[in-house]
Amino acid sequence: MSVDLSRFHGVFFEESYEAVNTIETGFLDIDVDNVDPEEINTIFRAAHSIKGGSATFGFTQVAEFTHVMENLLDQIREGKRGLNQDIVDVLLGSVDGLRAMLASAKSNEQLDQEEFAAFIGPLDALLDSNDGPKPTPTVSVTAAETDPSGVTPEVSEDEAAANGETPVGWRIVFTPHKEMMQRGNDPLRLIRELAELGPCEVESDASLIPEWEHFEPLNSYISWTIRLNKYAPRTSIEEIFSWVEDECDLAIVPVLPEVSAPEAAASNDAAAESVMRGQQNVATPVPAGRTEAENSSPAEASPSPAEKVTKAKPKASSAPAESQSIRVDLLKVDSLINMVGELVITQSMLNMLSEDEDLQGNERLQQGLLQLHRQTRALQEGVMQIRMLPISFCFNRFPRMVRDLSRQLSKDIELVMSGENTEVDKTVIEKITDPLVHLVRNSVDHGIETLDERRAAGKSENGTVYLRAYHQVGNIIIEVEDDGKGMDPDALTAKAKRKGLITEDAILTDAQALDLVFLPGFSTKEEASDLSGRGVGMDVVKRNVQALGGSIVLESELGQGTRFTIRLPLTLAIMDGQLVAIEDEVYVVPLVSIIESLQPYQDMVNKVVGLQETIKLRGQYLPVLRLAEALQAPGADYQKPLTEGIVVVVEHENRRFGLFVDDLLSQQQIVIKTLDDNYRPVPGVSGATILGDGRVALILDVGGLAQLQNQADMNYADAG
Amino acid sequence: MAKILAVDDSASMRQMVSFTLKGAGHQVDEASNGQEALTKAKGDRYDLIITDVNMPVMDGITFIRNLRAESAYKFTPMLMLTTESGADKKAEGKAAGATGWIVKPFNPDQLVATIKKVLG
Repeated sequence: MSVDLSRFHGVFFEESYEAVNTIETGFLDIDVDNVDPEEINTIFRAAHSIKGGSATFGFTQVAEFTHVMENLLDQIREGKRGLNQDIVDVLLGSVDGLRAMLASAKSNEQLDQEEFAAFIGPLDALLDSNDGPKPTPTVSVTAAETDPSGVTPEVSEDEAAANGETPVGWRIVFTPHKEMMQRGNDPLRLIRELAELGPCEVESDASLIPEWEHFEPLNSYISWTIRLNKYAPRTSIEEIFSWVEDECDLAIVPVLPEVSAPEAAASNDAAAESVMRGQQNVATPVPAGRTEAENSSPAEASPSPAEKVTKAKPKASSAPAESQSIRVDLLKVDSLINMVGELVITQSMLNMLSEDEDLQGNERLQQGLLQLHRQTRALQEGVMQIRMLPISFCFNRFPRMVRDLSRQLSKDIELVMSGENTEVDKTVIEKITDPLVHLVRNSVDHGIETLDERRAAGKSENGTVYLRAYHQVGNIIIEVEDDGKGMDPDALTAKAKRKGLITEDAILTDAQALDLVFLPGFSTKEEASDLSGRGVGMDVVKRNVQALGGSIVLESELGQGTRFTIRLPLTLAIMDGQLVAIEDEVYVVPLVSIIESLQPYQDMVNKVVGLQETIKLRGQYLPVLRLAEALQAPGADYQKPLTEGIVVVVEHENRRFGLFVDDLLSQQQIVIKTLDDNYRPVPGVSGATILGDGRVALILDVGGLAQLQNQADMNYADAG
Repeated sequence: MAKILAVDDSASMRQMVSFTLKGAGHQVDEASNGQEALTKAKGDRYDLIITDVNMPVMDGITFIRNLRAESAYKFTPMLMLTTESGADKKAEGKAAGATGWIVKPFNPDQLVATIKKVLG
C-alpha cells in the first residue's frame, strides 16, 4: 500500500505558516534581559514541528534549515547560550528565510544555493561562535525513504571481514528482564520477527519460572536461545531488538561454517561461555547508536530532560482552544456565493410577481414568500460569513515591521493595535494590506520624530503608532494614527504651489491643504528615504482604497500627530442599494453614500449663468450633478428643471453634492457583478447588478461621480 | 484491525498517521496533545498508542508515563514518534514506559510495517 503524501501538503503549509508566525511573535514579545523559559519552549516547539513535518513530506531545504534553527534554540532553551537583540535579529531574519523556503516548497521548488546560504549563513555563524558550546554534530536530515534505523549495511560487511568469514547464521540468546512486557513489548513478537530473516530453531528455558506463590503474572521469566540458520546482517538483528536493548540481556553470536557442527552440539557450559564472549563482543566493537546510548543515557542526559519536563509543566496550563475548521477551495465558496446571489435575484423576482393583484389575496402564498425572503437573507448572510476573516491576518505583520523599522531609524516606537478580530471579506484584506503597509511605514518614518526632536518638543521619547479596526454600519473602519509631528497645512500648500500642483493664488482650507498629500507627485519629505520612497505612494493608496469602494480621510494636528481613517465595505459581493430612474433606465446608488433625497422647490434652485447649478439646502449651497448628462444617458432631457425631479444628496470624503435623477425607486440588497471582468471599467460606474425583473442596472460609483462633478465645477470656473 | 490512538500537535503529521493506518484497516482516533490523549485513552480502550514527543500542554513522555500507570494499559504497546534521534529522548521515553519509537522522517509504508509487527 502506498499513500500519496502530497494530500497532506496543504495542512502542512497551513500549520507551518502558523508556526512561523508563532516564532515571529515569540521573538517580538521576548524580553531579552528576562527570558521566560516557556516562551523559548513555545518557539522551539514551533520550529521543531516544522522540522518534523518538512522532513516527513520531503521538503529537505526547510528541514535542514529548521534543524539548524532548532539547534540554536535548544542551546538557548537549555541556558547554554544567552540571548541579546542581535541574536533575536538573526532569528527574526531566519523567520523571513523560512517563509521564503516554504513559499518555494509550496510551488515544488527550492531556493537556489546562494539564497539558501544567505539565510542559513548567519545561523551557522552564530552556532559556530564562541559564546556557545560547539553545535551537536549535524544530523543529516534525510528524505523519508531512508532506513529508519539510520545504520548503514556496510557495518555488517566490515564486521564479517574482521571475523575473516561470513557467518552462516546466528545464535541469539535472549533473556528479557522481568518488566519487559510491562512496556508493551512482547517477546514472541521479537522471535517472530527473527523468523522473518530465515528459518529459526527456538529453545526456551523455563527454569526461572518461580513457585506459584511467588509467581507475578505481569513479569516475564522465560529466556530463549534462537538459532537463525541463515546469514543476515547483524544490524538487522540488532534492529529487531533495538526497542528492548535496555530491557533484556542479549547475545548475538555468529555461527561460522566449520565450527557449526560442534557449536550446535555444544553443552550448556559452552553455550554460557559463548554468551559471555558474545556480551563482550556486543559491548565493544558495535558502533553508532548502541554505545552512544549506553554512554550518555545514565550519565548526563537523563537528569536534564527530567528537569525540563517539570519546569515546563506548571506554565503549560493555558492551552489555546482548538478551533475546528476545514479547508475549502475559495473557488467553491465563491461559486456558492454566486448561486446564493442568483437565488436572491429569483427571490426578489417572485416578490415582484406577488404584487400582482390576483395574488395579493392569496395569504398563504404571501406568507410563504415572506418566509422565503427571510430565509434567503439568512442564507446569504451565512454564506458571506464564510469569506470573512479577522483583520489580524493583515495586522499580524505590523509588530515585526514597526520593530525592524524603528531599530533601523533608531527611534523608539510602540505599536498599539486594537480590534484585530474585526472580520472583513478576504478579498478586502488582501487588497488593503499594501496600502496599510504604506501608511504604517509613513507614520514610523515621517510621522514620528527622532528621539532628539521629541525631547526638544517636550514629548515622551517613545512614539506610538496606533492601528485600530472596528465595524460601523456595514463598513469596517481602519485607523492608522501616530503621535508624531503632524503636518503643517501652510507648508503643504506652499510646497504644492512650488511644484505647480495648485495655482499660486489658491487659498485652501486646512482640510483641503491636507488633501494635497493624496495628489500624484506630492511628497512630504524633500529627501526620499529608503523606507517610504519618494512619496509616490499616497495617491496610489487612495486609488487602492477607492477601488475597494472605500474612502480615506486624513486629519492632522501640527505637533500632535496624524490620523488616516479608512472606511471600507465589509464585502465586495453585496450591498444595499437605492434604485433611481432616469427615463426608463434604472441605476443603483450605494445606500451608504446617501444622506437624503428631496424634490427641490423653485426658490431653492440657484442657476447663475456660467456657474454650476446649486441648490440651497438649510443655508448651504450644494452643487448638483445632472446624472443624465454625466452619464450621457440616451433620450434624457438634460435641461429638465430641478423641481421636476429628485435630488439625491450623497457624500464622498466629507464632501456633499446632489445627484439629479428623474425618480426614486425601491431600496434593495443587490449582488455586485464587476464591470471590469464582464465589460470594461467605466468612470462613475463601479459595477452592475441584475434586477428582480431580469434587467441589468449599473451601480454608480459616488467617488467617481464626485470627480466628474469636480471637473464640471472647474470647467465652469475656467469658463467664468 | 486494531484500535489506535494517534497523538500529535501537528495536524499534518496526525492526519498522515491517521490516514495511513486507516488505509491499513485500523480504527484510528486522534488527539492533539498529551492531556487530550490521556483523557481519551482513559475513557476508552486502545490496542496501540502512537504519540509525538514534543507537544504543548502535555508532552508525549509525560503522557506515556501517566497512561502506563493505568492498569488497563499495562501491556499496551506505546510508540513514540520522534525526530530526536539522540539517545536521551529514547531512553527517557523507555524509562517512562514506552514500548519503542519510530524515527521521523518515516514513510507510510514503514509506519504500517512497524505497526503490523507490534500488533503481531
